[in-house]
Amino acid sequence: MIRLKKNIAISDTGFVFDPSTGESFNVNETGMQMISFLKEGKTPEEITALITQEYNIDPLSFEKYFQDFMEMLKQFNLLTEKKEV
Amino acid sequence: MEKKPFERPLIKRLNAGMPGKFGIHSHIEPLREIDGVLVKDLIAEHGSPLYVLSESALRRTFREAYQTFSTRYPRVQFAWSYKTNYLNAVCNVFHQEGAWAEVVSGFEYEKALQNGVPGSQIIFNGPDKQEKDLRLAIKNGSLIHIDHFDELYMLLELAGQGTGTPKVAIRVNMDTGIYPRWDRFGFNYENGEAWEALNRILLSEKLELVGLHTHIGTYILTADAYRAAAAKLASLATGIEKKYGKVIQYIDLGGGFASKNTLKGAYVPGTDAAPSFEEYADAISSALIKSEIKPDNLPLLILETGRAMVDDAGYLLGTVLANKRLADGRRATIADIGVNLLFTSFWYQHEVLPAQDVSQHTEETTLYGPLCMNIDVIREAIDFPLLKKGDHLVIKRIGAYNMTQWLQFINYRPRVVMIDEAGKPHVIREREDLVHLIRLEKVPEHLQSPKQKKQ
Ligand SMILES: Cc1ncc(COP(=O)(O)O)c(C=O)c1O
Repeated sequence: MIRLKKNIAISDTGFVFDPSTGESFNVNETGMQMISFLKEGKTPEEITALITQEYNIDPLSFEKYFQDFMEMLKQFNLLTEKKEV
Repeated sequence: MEKKPFERPLIKRLNAGMPGKFGIHSHIEPLREIDGVLVKDLIAEHGSPLYVLSESALRRTFREAYQTFSTRYPRVQFAWSYKTNYLNAVCNVFHQEGAWAEVVSGFEYEKALQNGVPGSQIIFNGPDKQEKDLRLAIKNGSLIHIDHFDELYMLLELAGQGTGTPKVAIRVNMDTGIYPRWDRFGFNYENGEAWEALNRILLSEKLELVGLHTHIGTYILTADAYRAAAAKLASLATGIEKKYGKVIQYIDLGGGFASKNTLKGAYVPGTDAAPSFEEYADAISSALIKSEIKPDNLPLLILETGRAMVDDAGYLLGTVLANKRLADGRRATIADIGVNLLFTSFWYQHEVLPAQDVSQHTEETTLYGPLCMNIDVIREAIDFPLLKKGDHLVIKRIGAYNMTQWLQFINYRPRVVMIDEAGKPHVIREREDLVHLIRLEKVPEHLQSPKQKKQ
Protein backbone atom coordinates (compact mmCIF):
# COMPACT_ATOMS: atom_id res chain seq x y z
CA MET A 1 0.00 0.00 0.00
CA ILE A 2 1.14 3.55 -0.70
CA ARG A 3 1.63 5.65 2.42
CA LEU A 4 2.97 8.97 3.48
CA LYS A 5 6.65 8.80 4.48
CA LYS A 6 6.73 8.26 8.18
CA ASN A 7 8.92 11.08 9.40
CA ILE A 8 7.07 13.88 7.56
CA ALA A 9 6.41 16.79 9.90
CA ILE A 10 3.24 18.86 9.65
CA SER A 11 2.63 22.25 11.28
CA ASP A 12 -0.86 23.61 11.91
CA THR A 13 -0.06 26.65 9.82
CA GLY A 14 0.04 24.76 6.57
CA PHE A 15 3.69 23.77 6.30
CA VAL A 16 5.00 20.29 5.58
CA PHE A 17 8.64 19.36 6.15
CA ASP A 18 10.49 16.31 4.86
CA PRO A 19 13.52 15.76 7.17
CA SER A 20 15.05 13.21 4.84
CA THR A 21 15.49 15.78 2.04
CA GLY A 22 15.26 19.03 3.99
CA GLU A 23 12.50 20.27 1.73
CA SER A 24 9.52 22.32 2.87
CA PHE A 25 6.11 22.52 1.30
CA ASN A 26 3.11 24.73 1.61
CA VAL A 27 -0.40 23.23 1.58
CA ASN A 28 -3.89 24.66 1.57
CA GLU A 29 -6.62 23.66 4.02
CA THR A 30 -7.89 20.64 2.11
CA GLY A 31 -4.34 19.57 1.33
CA MET A 32 -3.48 19.80 5.02
CA GLN A 33 -6.45 17.68 6.01
CA MET A 34 -5.62 15.02 3.50
CA ILE A 35 -2.00 14.85 4.59
CA SER A 36 -3.07 14.51 8.22
CA PHE A 37 -5.46 11.71 7.30
CA LEU A 38 -2.75 9.98 5.30
CA LYS A 39 -0.37 10.31 8.21
CA GLU A 40 -2.95 8.70 10.45
CA GLY A 41 -2.94 5.79 8.01
CA LYS A 42 -6.48 6.27 6.77
CA THR A 43 -7.51 4.48 3.57
CA PRO A 44 -8.64 6.37 0.45
CA GLU A 45 -12.23 5.31 1.19
CA GLU A 46 -12.07 6.69 4.71
CA ILE A 47 -10.53 9.93 3.51
CA THR A 48 -13.19 10.32 0.84
CA ALA A 49 -15.93 9.77 3.39
CA LEU A 50 -14.45 12.30 5.79
CA ILE A 51 -13.86 14.99 3.20
CA THR A 52 -17.20 14.68 1.44
CA GLN A 53 -18.91 14.88 4.83
CA GLU A 54 -17.27 18.14 5.70
CA TYR A 55 -17.00 19.83 2.31
CA ASN A 56 -19.39 20.56 -0.45
CA ILE A 57 -18.14 17.95 -2.92
CA ASP A 58 -19.41 14.59 -4.12
CA PRO A 59 -17.27 11.42 -3.95
CA LEU A 60 -16.89 11.10 -7.71
CA SER A 61 -15.60 14.65 -8.16
CA PHE A 62 -13.38 14.25 -5.15
CA GLU A 63 -11.79 11.12 -6.58
CA LYS A 64 -10.03 13.03 -9.34
CA TYR A 65 -8.66 15.67 -6.96
CA PHE A 66 -7.54 12.93 -4.61
CA GLN A 67 -5.68 11.14 -7.37
CA ASP A 68 -4.14 14.36 -8.57
CA PHE A 69 -2.98 15.18 -5.04
CA MET A 70 -1.43 11.73 -4.58
CA GLU A 71 0.34 12.25 -7.89
CA MET A 72 1.85 15.47 -6.55
CA LEU A 73 2.93 13.79 -3.30
CA LYS A 74 4.66 11.17 -5.41
CA GLN A 75 6.35 13.83 -7.54
CA PHE A 76 7.62 15.48 -4.38
CA ASN A 77 8.86 12.17 -3.06
CA LEU A 78 6.65 12.19 0.01
CA LEU A 79 5.23 8.70 -0.39
CA THR A 80 6.63 5.27 0.32
CA GLU A 81 5.44 1.87 -0.70
CA LYS A 82 4.71 -0.23 2.32
CA LYS A 83 4.44 -4.00 1.91
CA GLU A 84 1.10 -5.40 3.06
CA VAL A 85 1.47 -7.72 6.09
CA MET B 1 -25.08 21.99 8.91
CA GLU B 2 -23.96 23.60 5.70
CA LYS B 3 -20.86 22.07 4.22
CA LYS B 4 -17.73 24.13 3.65
CA PRO B 5 -16.84 25.12 0.10
CA PHE B 6 -14.33 22.71 -1.35
CA GLU B 7 -11.03 23.95 -2.69
CA ARG B 8 -8.98 21.40 -4.54
CA PRO B 9 -6.04 20.19 -2.43
CA LEU B 10 -2.73 21.84 -3.16
CA ILE B 11 0.85 21.21 -2.20
CA LYS B 12 3.66 23.47 -3.33
CA ARG B 13 7.38 23.18 -2.81
CA LEU B 14 8.95 26.14 -1.03
CA ASN B 15 12.31 27.31 -2.24
CA ALA B 16 14.04 28.76 0.78
CA GLY B 17 15.68 32.10 0.20
CA MET B 18 14.76 32.16 -3.46
CA PRO B 19 11.86 34.35 -4.36
CA GLY B 20 9.55 32.46 -6.69
CA LYS B 21 9.31 33.21 -10.35
CA PHE B 22 6.41 35.48 -9.54
CA GLY B 23 8.22 37.37 -6.80
CA ILE B 24 6.31 38.22 -3.70
CA HIS B 25 2.88 36.82 -3.90
CA SER B 26 -0.02 39.17 -3.75
CA HIS B 27 -3.53 38.01 -3.20
CA ILE B 28 -5.58 37.69 -6.36
CA GLU B 29 -8.86 39.55 -6.08
CA PRO B 30 -11.66 37.95 -8.04
CA LEU B 31 -13.57 40.02 -10.56
CA ARG B 32 -17.15 39.14 -9.70
CA GLU B 33 -19.00 41.82 -11.60
CA ILE B 34 -18.71 44.21 -14.49
CA ASP B 35 -20.48 47.55 -14.16
CA GLY B 36 -22.65 46.09 -11.42
CA VAL B 37 -23.68 42.95 -13.32
CA LEU B 38 -22.51 39.63 -11.88
CA VAL B 39 -20.28 37.59 -14.17
CA LYS B 40 -22.16 34.50 -13.04
CA ASP B 41 -25.48 36.02 -14.15
CA LEU B 42 -24.05 37.18 -17.48
CA ILE B 43 -22.85 33.65 -18.24
CA ALA B 44 -26.13 32.08 -17.05
CA GLU B 45 -28.07 34.35 -19.38
CA HIS B 46 -25.80 34.57 -22.41
CA GLY B 47 -23.63 31.46 -22.29
CA SER B 48 -19.90 30.87 -22.02
CA PRO B 49 -17.59 32.06 -23.42
CA LEU B 50 -18.93 35.60 -23.65
CA TYR B 51 -17.53 38.96 -24.73
CA VAL B 52 -18.62 41.87 -22.59
CA LEU B 53 -18.11 45.55 -23.34
CA SER B 54 -18.65 48.39 -20.93
CA GLU B 55 -20.29 51.41 -22.52
CA SER B 56 -19.28 53.54 -19.54
CA ALA B 57 -15.64 52.55 -19.99
CA LEU B 58 -15.76 53.34 -23.72
CA ARG B 59 -17.19 56.79 -23.10
CA ARG B 60 -14.95 57.49 -20.12
CA THR B 61 -11.80 56.65 -22.08
CA PHE B 62 -12.88 58.67 -25.09
CA ARG B 63 -13.70 61.71 -22.96
CA GLU B 64 -10.45 61.41 -21.08
CA ALA B 65 -8.46 61.23 -24.32
CA TYR B 66 -10.35 64.13 -25.91
CA GLN B 67 -10.11 66.27 -22.80
CA THR B 68 -6.39 65.60 -22.47
CA PHE B 69 -5.58 66.58 -26.05
CA SER B 70 -8.02 69.45 -26.42
CA THR B 71 -6.70 71.18 -23.32
CA ARG B 72 -3.22 71.15 -24.86
CA TYR B 73 -3.94 71.86 -28.50
CA PRO B 74 -6.69 74.07 -29.94
CA ARG B 75 -8.17 71.81 -32.60
CA VAL B 76 -8.46 68.06 -32.04
CA GLN B 77 -10.49 65.40 -33.82
CA PHE B 78 -10.53 61.68 -33.08
CA ALA B 79 -11.40 59.21 -35.82
CA TRP B 80 -12.49 55.76 -34.70
CA SER B 81 -10.19 53.10 -36.16
CA TYR B 82 -12.76 50.59 -37.38
CA LYS B 83 -10.43 47.61 -37.61
CA THR B 84 -9.82 47.77 -33.88
CA ASN B 85 -13.46 46.94 -33.15
CA TYR B 86 -16.10 47.47 -35.79
CA LEU B 87 -19.14 46.15 -34.00
CA ASN B 88 -21.71 48.82 -34.86
CA ALA B 89 -22.67 49.43 -31.24
CA VAL B 90 -19.04 50.18 -30.39
CA CYS B 91 -18.55 52.44 -33.42
CA ASN B 92 -21.73 54.33 -32.61
CA VAL B 93 -20.70 54.98 -29.02
CA PHE B 94 -17.61 56.71 -30.41
CA HIS B 95 -19.55 58.48 -33.16
CA GLN B 96 -21.99 59.79 -30.53
CA GLU B 97 -18.98 61.08 -28.64
CA GLY B 98 -17.93 62.96 -31.77
CA ALA B 99 -15.46 60.61 -33.45
CA TRP B 100 -15.10 60.45 -37.22
CA ALA B 101 -14.42 57.07 -38.86
CA GLU B 102 -11.06 55.71 -39.98
CA VAL B 103 -11.42 52.78 -42.39
CA VAL B 104 -9.03 50.66 -44.45
CA SER B 105 -11.27 48.72 -46.81
CA GLY B 106 -14.41 48.96 -48.90
CA PHE B 107 -16.17 46.85 -46.30
CA GLU B 108 -15.25 49.14 -43.43
CA TYR B 109 -16.14 52.16 -45.56
CA GLU B 110 -19.64 50.76 -46.18
CA LYS B 111 -20.00 50.04 -42.50
CA ALA B 112 -19.12 53.62 -41.59
CA LEU B 113 -21.68 54.96 -44.09
CA GLN B 114 -24.28 52.60 -42.65
CA ASN B 115 -23.51 53.92 -39.21
CA GLY B 116 -24.48 57.34 -40.49
CA VAL B 117 -21.03 58.87 -40.65
CA PRO B 118 -21.03 61.67 -43.27
CA GLY B 119 -18.68 60.87 -46.15
CA SER B 120 -16.64 63.98 -45.40
CA GLN B 121 -15.86 62.54 -41.95
CA ILE B 122 -14.53 59.22 -43.18
CA ILE B 123 -10.78 58.82 -43.44
CA PHE B 124 -9.87 56.16 -45.96
CA ASN B 125 -6.48 54.58 -45.17
CA GLY B 126 -4.57 51.52 -46.22
CA PRO B 127 -2.92 50.00 -49.29
CA ASP B 128 -6.05 48.17 -50.47
CA LYS B 129 -8.51 50.64 -51.91
CA GLN B 130 -10.28 49.26 -54.98
CA GLU B 131 -11.21 51.48 -57.89
CA LYS B 132 -14.90 51.27 -57.00
CA ASP B 133 -14.10 52.19 -53.37
CA LEU B 134 -12.13 55.22 -54.54
CA ARG B 135 -14.92 56.37 -56.84
CA LEU B 136 -17.36 56.24 -53.94
CA ALA B 137 -14.93 58.02 -51.62
CA ILE B 138 -14.37 60.78 -54.19
CA LYS B 139 -18.09 61.22 -54.70
CA ASN B 140 -18.68 61.44 -50.95
CA GLY B 141 -15.85 63.90 -50.35
CA SER B 142 -14.06 61.48 -48.00
CA LEU B 143 -10.46 61.99 -46.95
CA ILE B 144 -8.34 59.63 -49.02
CA HIS B 145 -4.93 58.92 -47.53
CA ILE B 146 -2.71 57.79 -50.38
CA ASP B 147 -0.46 54.86 -49.55
CA HIS B 148 1.59 54.34 -52.73
CA PHE B 149 2.27 55.75 -56.20
CA ASP B 150 -0.04 53.22 -57.89
CA GLU B 151 -2.90 54.63 -55.88
CA LEU B 152 -1.82 58.20 -56.59
CA TYR B 153 -1.87 57.51 -60.34
CA MET B 154 -5.22 55.78 -60.12
CA LEU B 155 -6.62 58.84 -58.35
CA LEU B 156 -5.19 61.16 -61.00
CA GLU B 157 -6.92 59.04 -63.61
CA LEU B 158 -10.25 59.00 -61.74
CA ALA B 159 -10.05 62.73 -61.06
CA GLY B 160 -10.13 63.36 -64.76
CA GLN B 161 -13.44 61.53 -65.09
CA GLY B 162 -15.65 64.20 -63.64
CA THR B 163 -16.60 62.59 -60.32
CA GLY B 164 -15.25 65.55 -58.36
CA THR B 165 -11.89 66.60 -57.01
CA PRO B 166 -10.51 63.95 -54.68
CA LYS B 167 -9.59 65.25 -51.22
CA VAL B 168 -6.30 63.62 -50.38
CA ALA B 169 -3.50 63.34 -47.86
CA ILE B 170 -0.39 61.24 -48.15
CA ARG B 171 0.68 58.71 -45.61
CA VAL B 172 4.28 59.34 -44.61
CA ASN B 173 6.63 56.83 -43.02
CA MET B 174 9.72 57.99 -41.19
CA ASP B 175 12.39 57.38 -38.63
CA THR B 176 10.99 58.34 -35.23
CA GLY B 177 13.72 56.62 -33.27
CA ILE B 178 11.76 53.43 -32.68
CA TYR B 179 11.98 49.93 -34.00
CA PRO B 180 10.42 48.40 -36.08
CA ARG B 181 10.00 51.15 -38.64
CA TRP B 182 6.75 50.73 -40.51
CA ASP B 183 8.25 51.72 -43.84
CA ARG B 184 6.05 49.55 -46.02
CA PHE B 185 3.17 51.97 -45.69
CA GLY B 186 3.12 55.34 -47.35
CA PHE B 187 5.95 57.48 -48.67
CA ASN B 188 9.27 57.84 -46.93
CA TYR B 189 10.22 61.13 -45.32
CA GLU B 190 13.99 60.78 -45.08
CA ASN B 191 14.69 59.73 -48.66
CA GLY B 192 12.54 62.42 -50.23
CA GLU B 193 9.83 60.12 -51.51
CA ALA B 194 7.18 62.01 -49.54
CA TRP B 195 8.17 65.23 -51.35
CA GLU B 196 8.03 63.45 -54.68
CA ALA B 197 4.45 62.43 -53.99
CA LEU B 198 3.52 65.90 -52.74
CA ASN B 199 5.01 67.56 -55.82
CA ARG B 200 3.14 65.18 -58.07
CA ILE B 201 -0.14 65.97 -56.30
CA LEU B 202 0.29 69.72 -56.12
CA LEU B 203 1.55 70.13 -59.67
CA SER B 204 -1.30 68.05 -61.07
CA GLU B 205 -3.98 70.43 -59.77
CA LYS B 206 -6.41 67.54 -60.05
CA LEU B 207 -6.27 66.51 -56.41
CA GLU B 208 -6.91 68.67 -53.39
CA LEU B 209 -4.20 68.14 -50.81
CA VAL B 210 -5.89 68.58 -47.44
CA GLY B 211 -3.70 66.77 -44.94
CA LEU B 212 -0.64 64.81 -43.96
CA HIS B 213 -0.85 61.43 -42.29
CA THR B 214 1.38 58.97 -40.52
CA HIS B 215 0.83 55.91 -38.38
CA ILE B 216 4.19 55.08 -36.85
CA GLY B 217 3.31 51.68 -35.41
CA THR B 218 1.30 50.19 -32.63
CA TYR B 219 1.75 49.86 -28.85
CA ILE B 220 4.38 52.63 -28.92
CA LEU B 221 5.88 52.97 -25.47
CA THR B 222 7.72 56.23 -26.03
CA ALA B 223 5.82 59.46 -26.36
CA ASP B 224 8.94 60.98 -27.90
CA ALA B 225 8.37 59.01 -31.09
CA TYR B 226 5.21 61.09 -31.55
CA ARG B 227 7.14 64.27 -30.91
CA ALA B 228 9.46 63.30 -33.76
CA ALA B 229 6.58 62.32 -36.03
CA ALA B 230 4.63 65.52 -35.37
CA ALA B 231 7.75 67.62 -35.99
CA LYS B 232 8.45 65.91 -39.30
CA LEU B 233 4.89 66.29 -40.58
CA ALA B 234 4.92 69.92 -39.43
CA SER B 235 8.10 70.56 -41.41
CA LEU B 236 6.45 69.09 -44.51
CA ALA B 237 3.47 71.36 -43.90
CA THR B 238 5.63 74.48 -43.65
CA GLY B 239 7.57 73.38 -46.74
CA ILE B 240 4.34 73.02 -48.70
CA GLU B 241 3.16 76.44 -47.64
CA LYS B 242 6.47 78.00 -48.61
CA LYS B 243 6.69 76.31 -51.96
CA TYR B 244 3.05 76.23 -53.06
CA GLY B 245 1.34 78.75 -50.79
CA LYS B 246 -0.91 75.93 -49.74
CA VAL B 247 -2.06 75.64 -46.13
CA ILE B 248 -2.40 72.10 -44.84
CA GLN B 249 -5.75 71.66 -43.08
CA TYR B 250 -4.90 68.74 -40.85
CA ILE B 251 -2.12 66.58 -39.51
CA ASP B 252 -3.18 63.02 -38.71
CA LEU B 253 -0.83 61.14 -36.39
CA GLY B 254 -2.62 57.81 -36.69
CA GLY B 255 -2.99 55.40 -33.80
CA GLY B 256 -0.45 53.44 -31.81
CA PHE B 257 -0.83 54.57 -28.21
CA ALA B 258 -0.11 51.63 -25.91
CA SER B 259 -2.97 50.15 -23.92
CA LYS B 260 -2.44 49.00 -20.35
CA ASN B 261 -1.91 45.38 -21.36
CA THR B 262 1.45 43.77 -20.64
CA LEU B 263 3.51 42.56 -23.56
CA LYS B 264 4.84 39.01 -23.39
CA GLY B 265 8.29 38.94 -21.88
CA ALA B 266 7.99 42.49 -20.49
CA TYR B 267 9.50 43.09 -17.07
CA VAL B 268 7.24 45.97 -16.24
CA PRO B 269 3.46 45.51 -16.34
CA GLY B 270 1.60 47.51 -18.97
CA THR B 271 -0.20 49.49 -16.28
CA ASP B 272 3.21 51.03 -15.43
CA ALA B 273 4.91 50.89 -18.83
CA ALA B 274 2.27 52.52 -21.02
CA PRO B 275 2.57 56.30 -21.28
CA SER B 276 -0.56 58.19 -20.24
CA PHE B 277 -2.65 60.25 -22.67
CA GLU B 278 -1.02 63.28 -21.00
CA GLU B 279 2.45 62.18 -22.02
CA TYR B 280 1.46 61.57 -25.62
CA ALA B 281 -0.52 64.81 -25.74
CA ASP B 282 2.33 66.85 -24.28
CA ALA B 283 4.78 65.49 -26.84
CA ILE B 284 2.49 66.00 -29.83
CA SER B 285 1.08 69.40 -28.95
CA SER B 286 4.43 70.89 -28.04
CA ALA B 287 5.98 69.65 -31.29
CA LEU B 288 3.17 71.20 -33.36
CA ILE B 289 3.03 74.45 -31.45
CA LYS B 290 6.83 74.84 -31.50
CA SER B 291 6.99 74.11 -35.24
CA GLU B 292 7.29 76.82 -37.85
CA ILE B 293 3.64 76.55 -38.81
CA LYS B 294 2.09 80.01 -38.41
CA PRO B 295 -0.22 80.21 -35.38
CA ASP B 296 -3.16 81.19 -37.60
CA ASN B 297 -2.61 78.13 -39.75
CA LEU B 298 -2.29 75.52 -37.01
CA PRO B 299 -3.78 72.40 -38.57
CA LEU B 300 -6.50 70.25 -37.09
CA LEU B 301 -4.87 67.41 -35.16
CA ILE B 302 -6.47 64.08 -36.05
CA LEU B 303 -5.84 60.95 -33.97
CA GLU B 304 -6.85 57.43 -34.92
CA THR B 305 -6.36 55.92 -31.49
CA GLY B 306 -7.47 52.29 -31.49
CA ARG B 307 -6.30 49.92 -28.79
CA ALA B 308 -5.79 52.55 -26.09
CA MET B 309 -9.39 53.65 -26.60
CA VAL B 310 -11.12 50.29 -26.41
CA ASP B 311 -8.94 47.64 -24.78
CA ASP B 312 -9.95 48.42 -21.21
CA ALA B 313 -13.66 48.33 -21.99
CA GLY B 314 -13.62 44.69 -23.13
CA TYR B 315 -13.77 41.49 -21.09
CA LEU B 316 -13.84 37.87 -22.17
CA LEU B 317 -15.67 35.59 -19.76
CA GLY B 318 -15.16 31.86 -19.74
CA THR B 319 -15.52 28.65 -17.81
CA VAL B 320 -13.03 26.03 -16.62
CA LEU B 321 -13.52 22.78 -18.52
CA ALA B 322 -10.89 20.66 -16.80
CA ASN B 323 -7.74 20.58 -14.73
CA LYS B 324 -4.82 18.39 -15.69
CA ARG B 325 -1.28 17.61 -14.69
CA LEU B 326 1.28 17.78 -17.43
CA ALA B 327 3.82 14.97 -17.58
CA ASP B 328 6.33 16.95 -15.49
CA GLY B 329 3.82 17.63 -12.73
CA ARG B 330 2.94 21.17 -13.80
CA ARG B 331 -0.67 22.22 -13.50
CA ALA B 332 -2.74 22.83 -16.59
CA THR B 333 -6.18 24.38 -16.63
CA ILE B 334 -8.34 24.13 -19.71
CA ALA B 335 -10.93 26.82 -20.27
CA ASP B 336 -13.50 27.27 -23.02
CA ILE B 337 -11.66 30.29 -24.45
CA GLY B 338 -9.49 29.42 -27.42
CA VAL B 339 -6.84 31.60 -29.01
CA ASN B 340 -9.21 31.94 -31.97
CA LEU B 341 -11.31 34.16 -29.69
CA LEU B 342 -8.31 35.87 -28.13
CA PHE B 343 -5.95 36.71 -30.92
CA THR B 344 -4.13 39.17 -28.69
CA SER B 345 -2.90 36.32 -26.47
CA PHE B 346 -0.11 35.91 -29.03
CA TRP B 347 1.51 39.14 -27.87
CA TYR B 348 -0.08 40.05 -24.56
CA GLN B 349 0.23 38.43 -21.18
CA HIS B 350 -3.43 38.97 -20.49
CA GLU B 351 -4.59 39.44 -16.95
CA VAL B 352 -6.87 36.52 -16.05
CA LEU B 353 -8.94 36.63 -12.90
CA PRO B 354 -11.31 34.24 -11.18
CA ALA B 355 -14.95 35.33 -11.05
CA GLN B 356 -15.69 33.81 -7.66
CA ASP B 357 -14.13 33.76 -4.19
CA VAL B 358 -10.79 31.99 -3.98
CA SER B 359 -8.41 31.28 -1.13
CA GLN B 360 -4.99 32.89 -1.09
CA HIS B 361 -3.44 29.69 -2.45
CA THR B 362 -2.20 29.77 -5.99
CA GLU B 363 -0.34 27.43 -8.25
CA GLU B 364 1.78 28.00 -11.31
CA THR B 365 -0.60 27.08 -14.07
CA THR B 366 -0.64 26.96 -17.83
CA LEU B 367 -3.97 28.14 -19.11
CA TYR B 368 -5.09 26.36 -22.26
CA GLY B 369 -8.02 26.88 -24.56
CA PRO B 370 -10.25 24.07 -25.86
CA LEU B 371 -8.90 23.86 -29.41
CA CYS B 372 -7.26 20.61 -30.38
CA MET B 373 -3.98 22.33 -31.17
CA ASN B 374 -0.73 22.90 -29.40
CA ILE B 375 -0.73 26.64 -30.05
CA ASP B 376 -3.88 27.09 -28.02
CA VAL B 377 -2.29 28.67 -24.96
CA ILE B 378 -3.92 31.64 -23.26
CA ARG B 379 -1.19 32.06 -20.63
CA GLU B 380 2.00 30.04 -20.43
CA ALA B 381 2.75 30.48 -16.77
CA ILE B 382 0.38 32.27 -14.54
CA ASP B 383 0.21 32.21 -10.77
CA PHE B 384 -3.39 31.21 -10.56
CA PRO B 385 -5.91 30.30 -7.87
CA LEU B 386 -7.25 26.77 -7.70
CA LEU B 387 -10.24 26.85 -9.99
CA LYS B 388 -12.41 23.80 -10.47
CA LYS B 389 -14.42 22.56 -13.42
CA GLY B 390 -17.37 24.87 -13.92
CA ASP B 391 -15.72 27.88 -12.24
CA HIS B 392 -15.73 31.12 -14.21
CA LEU B 393 -12.83 33.30 -15.17
CA VAL B 394 -12.49 36.75 -16.67
CA ILE B 395 -9.84 37.95 -19.09
CA LYS B 396 -9.34 41.68 -18.88
CA ARG B 397 -8.52 44.33 -21.49
CA ILE B 398 -9.53 42.47 -24.61
CA GLY B 399 -11.59 45.17 -26.34
CA ALA B 400 -9.11 45.82 -29.16
CA TYR B 401 -8.71 43.64 -32.24
CA ASN B 402 -10.23 40.45 -30.78
CA MET B 403 -13.73 41.12 -32.06
CA THR B 404 -12.40 41.76 -35.56
CA GLN B 405 -9.56 39.24 -35.86
CA TRP B 406 -11.47 36.36 -34.27
CA LEU B 407 -11.67 33.15 -36.22
CA GLN B 408 -14.58 30.85 -36.44
CA PHE B 409 -12.98 27.49 -35.68
CA ILE B 410 -14.47 24.25 -34.37
CA ASN B 411 -17.27 26.08 -32.62
CA TYR B 412 -19.57 29.08 -32.98
CA ARG B 413 -18.33 32.50 -32.09
CA PRO B 414 -20.07 33.56 -28.88
CA ARG B 415 -22.37 36.42 -28.10
CA VAL B 416 -21.14 39.92 -27.47
CA VAL B 417 -22.92 41.93 -24.82
CA MET B 418 -22.63 45.63 -24.06
CA ILE B 419 -23.56 46.87 -20.60
CA ASP B 420 -25.11 50.31 -20.92
CA GLU B 421 -24.48 53.22 -18.58
CA ALA B 422 -27.45 52.22 -16.43
CA GLY B 423 -26.01 48.73 -15.95
CA LYS B 424 -28.32 46.98 -18.41
CA PRO B 425 -26.75 44.35 -20.67
CA HIS B 426 -27.68 44.38 -24.38
CA VAL B 427 -26.79 41.70 -26.90
CA ILE B 428 -24.85 43.54 -29.62
CA ARG B 429 -23.87 40.46 -31.61
CA GLU B 430 -25.68 37.15 -31.51
CA ARG B 431 -23.95 33.84 -31.03
CA GLU B 432 -23.45 32.24 -34.42
CA ASP B 433 -25.46 29.19 -35.35
CA LEU B 434 -25.43 26.53 -38.02
CA VAL B 435 -27.77 28.42 -40.33
CA HIS B 436 -25.56 31.49 -40.18
CA LEU B 437 -22.39 29.49 -40.79
CA ILE B 438 -23.55 27.43 -43.74
CA ARG B 439 -25.47 30.21 -45.43
CA LEU B 440 -22.60 30.89 -47.81
CA GLU B 441 -21.78 27.27 -48.56
CA LYS B 442 -22.87 25.56 -51.74
CA VAL B 443 -22.70 21.81 -52.29
CA PRO B 444 -22.38 20.69 -55.93
CA GLU B 445 -25.28 18.48 -56.95
CA HIS B 446 -23.21 15.29 -57.20
CA LEU B 447 -21.95 15.77 -53.61
CA GLN B 448 -25.30 16.34 -52.00
CA SER B 449 -26.66 13.84 -49.54
CA PRO B 450 -30.22 12.66 -50.18
CA LYS B 451 -31.31 14.89 -47.31
CA GLN B 452 -29.67 17.96 -48.86
CA LYS B 453 -31.28 17.17 -52.22
CA LYS B 454 -34.70 17.29 -50.64
CA GLN B 455 -34.14 20.78 -49.26
C1 LIG C 1 -3.70 53.62 -40.19
C2 LIG C 1 -4.02 53.15 -38.84
N1 LIG C 1 -4.60 54.00 -37.96
C3 LIG C 1 -4.91 53.61 -36.70
C4 LIG C 1 -4.67 52.33 -36.25
C5 LIG C 1 -5.00 51.97 -34.84
O1 LIG C 1 -3.85 51.67 -34.15
P1 LIG C 1 -3.77 51.41 -32.59
O2 LIG C 1 -4.76 50.35 -32.26
O3 LIG C 1 -2.38 50.98 -32.38
O4 LIG C 1 -4.09 52.71 -31.90
C6 LIG C 1 -4.06 51.43 -37.13
C7 LIG C 1 -3.76 50.06 -36.69
O5 LIG C 1 -3.00 49.31 -37.22
C8 LIG C 1 -3.73 51.85 -38.45
O6 LIG C 1 -3.14 51.01 -39.32
